[in-house]
Amino acid sequence: MTDGAPGATHGAPGMPGASGHHDWEPSDLELDRRRYRKRASARSVLIAAVSTLVFTAVVWVALVNSPGWDAVKESFFNLEIGRDSFPDVLEGLWLNIRALFFAVIGVAVLGTLLAVMRSLRGPVWFPLRAIATIYTDMFRGMPVLIVLYLVGFGIPALDIFPRLPAAVWGTIAITLCYSAYVAEVLRAGMEAVHPSQRVAARSLGLSHGETLRLVVIPQGLRKVVPPLMNDFVSMQKDVGLISILGAVDAIRAAQIDVAATYNFTPYVVAALLFIALSLPFIRLTDYVSKRMAQREQMGGTV
Amino acid sequence: MNTASFRRPVLAAVAVGALTLAGCSSSGDADDAPTADATTPAAGDSPALETFTEGVLTIATGEPAYYPWVIDDAPESGEGFEAAIAYAVAEELGFAAEDVVWVRTSFESAIAPGPKDWDFNLQQFSITDERRNAVDFSSPYYTTTQAVVTVEGSAAEGATAIAELSEYMVGVPSGTTSYTVAADQLGEDNLAVFNSAEDTVLALNSGQIDAFVIDLPSAFYLAGVELEGGLILGQFDTSEGGDDFGLVLPKDSPNTDAVTEAVNALRQDGTLAAIESEWLSASVDVPVLD
Repeated sequence: MTDGAPGATHGAPGMPGASGHHDWEPSDLELDRRRYRKRASARSVLIAAVSTLVFTAVVWVALVNSPGWDAVKESFFNLEIGRDSFPDVLEGLWLNIRALFFAVIGVAVLGTLLAVMRSLRGPVWFPLRAIATIYTDMFRGMPVLIVLYLVGFGIPALDIFPRLPAAVWGTIAITLCYSAYVAEVLRAGMEAVHPSQRVAARSLGLSHGETLRLVVIPQGLRKVVPPLMNDFVSMQKDVGLISILGAVDAIRAAQIDVAATYNFTPYVVAALLFIALSLPFIRLTDYVSKRMAQREQMGGTV
Repeated sequence: MNTASFRRPVLAAVAVGALTLAGCSSSGDADDAPTADATTPAAGDSPALETFTEGVLTIATGEPAYYPWVIDDAPESGEGFEAAIAYAVAEELGFAAEDVVWVRTSFESAIAPGPKDWDFNLQQFSITDERRNAVDFSSPYYTTTQAVVTVEGSAAEGATAIAELSEYMVGVPSGTTSYTVAADQLGEDNLAVFNSAEDTVLALNSGQIDAFVIDLPSAFYLAGVELEGGLILGQFDTSEGGDDFGLVLPKDSPNTDAVTEAVNALRQDGTLAAIESEWLSASVDVPVLD
């Protein structure tokens, strides 16, 4: 084989041989293999479809025949009330989207800052490390609801700032809470980078800052992309909490309609809209994780 | 006689005298055990009313009785919304002002089941079906309206008209009658909706809103007691969805029909509206917003 002509392939009987042709055609065996795989895959799809149908049918029959179904359908799935409340809830959702946009930027910046602060080495940086540690401990421990009250009602009461809309304070409160979580995730990623990388960087003469920027953060970030995206998806629904501060967002709009009709369908509408909002990002998360797993062969091949 | 044998007759005489006095005294004091038979028909000018004490109408209210329902905790003066209502009803029932006696009870004991030592009780009781299991209610003498509350130093301090108020940030608790009225009258653009009344008050104290809408009785309490520098800007003209206040009578009291008729008569000839306008609007400086 070492003197095989450029056009030759390995062990394929019935080949046109080393005659200098560069087109390659699959052998019969290969064609057989392909046909088999296609059949097997078609059978898998069929089995999956049938199984899904049977499962859905079983769940549906169990649901519809449960004793309280009519009452639940009327209270939670009333189409008419859902249709009426849809415009209000959608308008409120726009406020949530804007809050989310600014919160994501804020969390990315503040979270990275905290993670870097906490990973500084050397005794002279102790105050910064202490501040970062205290910050993450405090805001990971406090319930988001209490932070919202303190930030949304407490800070304006100090009379330092001019009046800002309730949604702004809500976004700030959500940013403060989530940057603590994101900072810890980033720090875990940075520390998971193998020590040999830092040693190698040192031996090449890179300073601490350059090591961080060129070696540690790029690798560390890649490791924690799935958990980070998970945190962002969680933040997408937690922006609904800004309604507590008086902002009329999707949740509050749904609640107003619920109180007016004594029917809970608007909440279901709001839930569906929030899912619709986060679904693209969730699918993206899954896709990115899968690609990274394939590339690094994580999870094994068997 | 020596002192020892003198003592026994004296003690006996004192005991008999005390019992006689107790039997003769009116039971105007809420602590006394009832001594008069509650079913004796009253003598005098009110025909079918069977009062707790003959000839006297015993009206109960809270301890203390708050402004503006009773002014200066002195219901005998007839000043204050509920004091005025009480004397109007008494007159309608045929009792002169001198024949009215006031007693004090707590809010809970008045609507708890059990015998009572008063004829009717008024302390801003809302008529509810639950309470009807324990006491009787007359027809409503007042239906609550919604009012706008602010604090001194707020931007909305001098507002007098609904059009003015629509410009300011107004808060309201969610899912309440206050919300319905506020959304109707002020529009939803500058309306901040909160989870509860406490959150709404907190928002006003933090400066996030300029004023809030709440029912008038709560407004008096919040502006007078809870808020520093609180003041009521005015009330809305509608009492749609408001709570009904009724006079409380003991359960299955024989007087319920008579008292209900009296209240209805006062409503029809406009006395209730006049009293409301005087004591819940004019003299307490809570104008009706237009």
